[in-house]
Amino acid sequence: MTVTEDRPAAAGPAGEIGRDRRRKEDQRLITGRTRWTDNITLPGMLHMAMVRSPFAHAKIVSIDKSEAEAAPNVVGVFTGADLGESQGVLINAWPITPEQVAPVHLPMPADRVSFAGEIVAVVVARTAAEARDAAELVDVDYEELPAALDLKENAEDKVLAHPDLGTNKSALWVFDSAEAGTGGDVEEAITKARADGVVVEREFRQQRLIPAFMEPRSVVVDPTGEQNTMWSATQVPHILRFALAATTGVPESKIRVIAPDVGGGFGGKLQVTPEEWLTWCLARRIGKPVKYTETRSESLMAAHHGRDQWQKLTLAAEKDGTVTGLKVELLADLGSHVAVVGGGVPVLGAFMFNAIYKFPAYHFACQTVLSNKAWTDAYRGAGRPEATFGIERMMTELADVLGVDPLEVREKNWIKHDEFPFTTVAGLEYDSGNYEAATEKAKASFGYDELRAEQQRRRDAGDPVQLGIGVSTFTEMCGLAPSRVLGSLDYGAGGWEHASVRMLATGTVEIVTGASAHGQGHETAFSQIVADRLGVPFENVEVLHGDTQIAHKGLDTYGSRSLVVGGEALVKAADKVIEKAKPVAAHMLEASVDDIEFSAGTFTVRGTDQGVGIGDIAGAVFAAHDLPDGMEPSLDSEATYDPINFNYPHGTHLCAVEVDTETGQVQMRKYTCVDDIGNVINPLIVAGQVHGGLVQGIAQALFEEAVHDESGTLVSASFVDYLVPTAADLISFDVEHNTTPSLTNTLGTKGVGEAGTIASTPAVVNAVVDALRPFGVDDVVMPCTPERVWKAVHAKDGAAADGADPTTGAAAAHFDTQDTADRSAGQEGAGE
Amino acid sequence: MTRINLTVDGAKVSDDVEPRTLLVHYLRETLGKTGTVVGCDTSNCGACTVHLDGKSVKSCNVLAVQADGADVTTIEGLAQDGELHPVQAAFHECHALQCGYCTPGMIMQSVDLLKDNPNPSEDEIRVGLEGNLCRCTGYHNIVRAVQTAAAGASEGGQA
Repeated sequence: MTVTEDRPAAAGPAGEIGRDRRRKEDQRLITGRTRWTDNITLPGMLHMAMVRSPFAHAKIVSIDKSEAEAAPNVVGVFTGADLGESQGVLINAWPITPEQVAPVHLPMPADRVSFAGEIVAVVVARTAAEARDAAELVDVDYEELPAALDLKENAEDKVLAHPDLGTNKSALWVFDSAEAGTGGDVEEAITKARADGVVVEREFRQQRLIPAFMEPRSVVVDPTGEQNTMWSATQVPHILRFALAATTGVPESKIRVIAPDVGGGFGGKLQVTPEEWLTWCLARRIGKPVKYTETRSESLMAAHHGRDQWQKLTLAAEKDGTVTGLKVELLADLGSHVAVVGGGVPVLGAFMFNAIYKFPAYHFACQTVLSNKAWTDAYRGAGRPEATFGIERMMTELADVLGVDPLEVREKNWIKHDEFPFTTVAGLEYDSGNYEAATEKAKASFGYDELRAEQQRRRDAGDPVQLGIGVSTFTEMCGLAPSRVLGSLDYGAGGWEHASVRMLATGTVEIVTGASAHGQGHETAFSQIVADRLGVPFENVEVLHGDTQIAHKGLDTYGSRSLVVGGEALVKAADKVIEKAKPVAAHMLEASVDDIEFSAGTFTVRGTDQGVGIGDIAGAVFAAHDLPDGMEPSLDSEATYDPINFNYPHGTHLCAVEVDTETGQVQMRKYTCVDDIGNVINPLIVAGQVHGGLVQGIAQALFEEAVHDESGTLVSASFVDYLVPTAADLISFDVEHNTTPSLTNTLGTKGVGEAGTIASTPAVVNAVVDALRPFGVDDVVMPCTPERVWKAVHAKDGAAADGADPTTGAAAAHFDTQDTADRSAGQEGAGE
Repeated sequence: MTRINLTVDGAKVSDDVEPRTLLVHYLRETLGKTGTVVGCDTSNCGACTVHLDGKSVKSCNVLAVQADGADVTTIEGLAQDGELHPVQAAFHECHALQCGYCTPGMIMQSVDLLKDNPNPSEDEIRVGLEGNLCRCTGYHNIVRAVQTAAAGASEGGQA
């Protein structure tokens, strides 16, 4: 099948879809009329402050609360022993294997802490400042235990993160194409390639990152009233309500969760957190509203972290560059507990290492490992950035081994546009795409050939500032997710989304979505979709979300799912409104229902100029004075949509960097991306998603890392040390599109929220490495700090290219020699 | 407690404050000016940026008592007579915000930047906003918004 240009557009030329509407959300946000959770103040509200462990692993010997309890306006001081089972327990929704080993996850343990930052006591006081002051007075006596801090050593159980479990190994998840019947045997492919082809072996470190949303997490619980209400800065109000009910014994119907204005998430707010559980518990126990807002330091230390893998990759190919097999062996650090998605994050990458390439054989094995660090979970991309980094680095290394352009080896192996739908070696069916077109467009915009020529000139001239060009031709799976697929992977819930459309008597339309936005622009994009579908003005559509009493049903926002799953639910609900309105229109127009047509907000009788607008019908249904016999007087409709497949955005990202070989400084020079995200609802919002996504991926490549010292203390626990890039660190981007509509949803859309992050990290690192190839460098560990880059350059000082077999460990920079310690920059400079 | 008198968004206010109270906490908790937000605890993020006697400051880095006698403008006082400030309008026009949490500080800093340098280059804008972190936009459209506001102001000046 080829690209479906003939697919009917979702809207006419005058339609809302495809228009760069300015956002409805902006007015309140640019004038400060915001409702962040921390803005909420209720009568008699009390405030919490946490006492957190300074040790990564320690026994709690005793806790002396007396001085804190005597402090001014302190209402109470509570420990894990005080709260016991009343605090509930935190859940892991995705046990990736039946045998998965997971410690019980109490919000506040009574006997032992297992990461630095874990809560050991809570102070409740009349003001936040008094709570904080009193928290300083809680005297905790710890007995420090050996801490499990190194991922590779932890996988060998050298130090146990939880001694009672007897092992750090949580679960081993394996996919093998020969066993699954989706491809051949990878060991055979590797053996053959060792004999008469090419084998590329590399080991890559996915450093630990911190989502670092701008709004610190905050939670308010009001225990008064029949339904107890929790406001939380969360991405997942519905999952939060479900989990509270499931683990505290409070009926779900007695719990209302509201996610008001939420300041970013990027996966970091899809957790169910100890702070939420403790606020819930203590507000109910004391009988007064209670608020907790974390400091930035607490957020960086104790909100979940992301990534943190070792990736050992083996790629087999023929001598002409045709790939024949890919073997992926991962170690993934779960942190101290298995978080809500937990081990499911690296497993999501299992389907993406093969990417856009036609690997005939594939093996993926991921060992998840417990440690004494903060738990890890989804961070923008969740599993797919790790996979994309791995394969896109490997394809570039294959090109280097073969001595060809990195785009050439990709083109040789990618799925051609006329081969869709294509069932991959990982078992997914890609519905659409055009990798050739996106790449051609990107090369032209980027000036690929000119930059290559400049690179050669600089190399020839021995310029101290070298130019590097990086390529990433990524795809991803998004729109989490078909419920059957989730079920087959042992995920604890489904992946549907719910929507309703309410026709108000005055002609305005309320739409309710179970997707819970926190910056994405749902209010605007969803208004555009419904405005087109129902033929009503954009301004007349109001989007309601993020409150379980209003949006009673939903599965929230993550995994680039809101538009492709939530948007589709809206389309289906709107279509039901139209169907319900048809008999009324027929009645009003004195025609047969079979003769009623609907277009652009008006119902007409076929072959006549008689018509009635949908707003008039809504008014007539509200009055209900003269409806068809037996008709229910309502047009309001609901739909729950479960996707049939993921969708597969892709794109070609090209990055040029200038690397100062004398200082190690990397400067972004140019970044061009051509993404295929299917049909675009709002190009302005899409561009914004891409820009922000790119920067988070660039930040992984160049700036960010959660660094722990040898005792397990997070030393990058403030914005002084955790380098979220600033405007001055970055450049403007060239963002373009090529469009092949998705065939898995009505609107032909694909996800976009994570694409930039997934694609950009390998593009940047490939560029840095490309700049340093003349120095014999074939890898730089992330983040590519000036120190690491400088060391990589100088590691080979005076040494001519040794001509070693590039498939051996000695030539693969980090294969066996990597210092695995997670400490500060530098020691891993590429090339020993 | 110390008595302070100041003007905030055009209104005269007078309160007893603990000497340790930060200006941002006074604004949010005493005056209910919750448009100004706290994003960090190390003066890095700039989310709390307000104008103190016409100059941008991080209000987490100023004690309330230091603002005694001063004129403070927050994001809530920037629009005049229902008209958005040109920088606010440019942020909306250029889609320079997503979650909006950094936006109050980013706008207040941009206003100050343009007052110092009405026709900044892209580099000057980037350096001028270095003290304000945004996690959503990648800064691309924030830079556009400041450029747009600058262009609008210079056109207005020539008209």
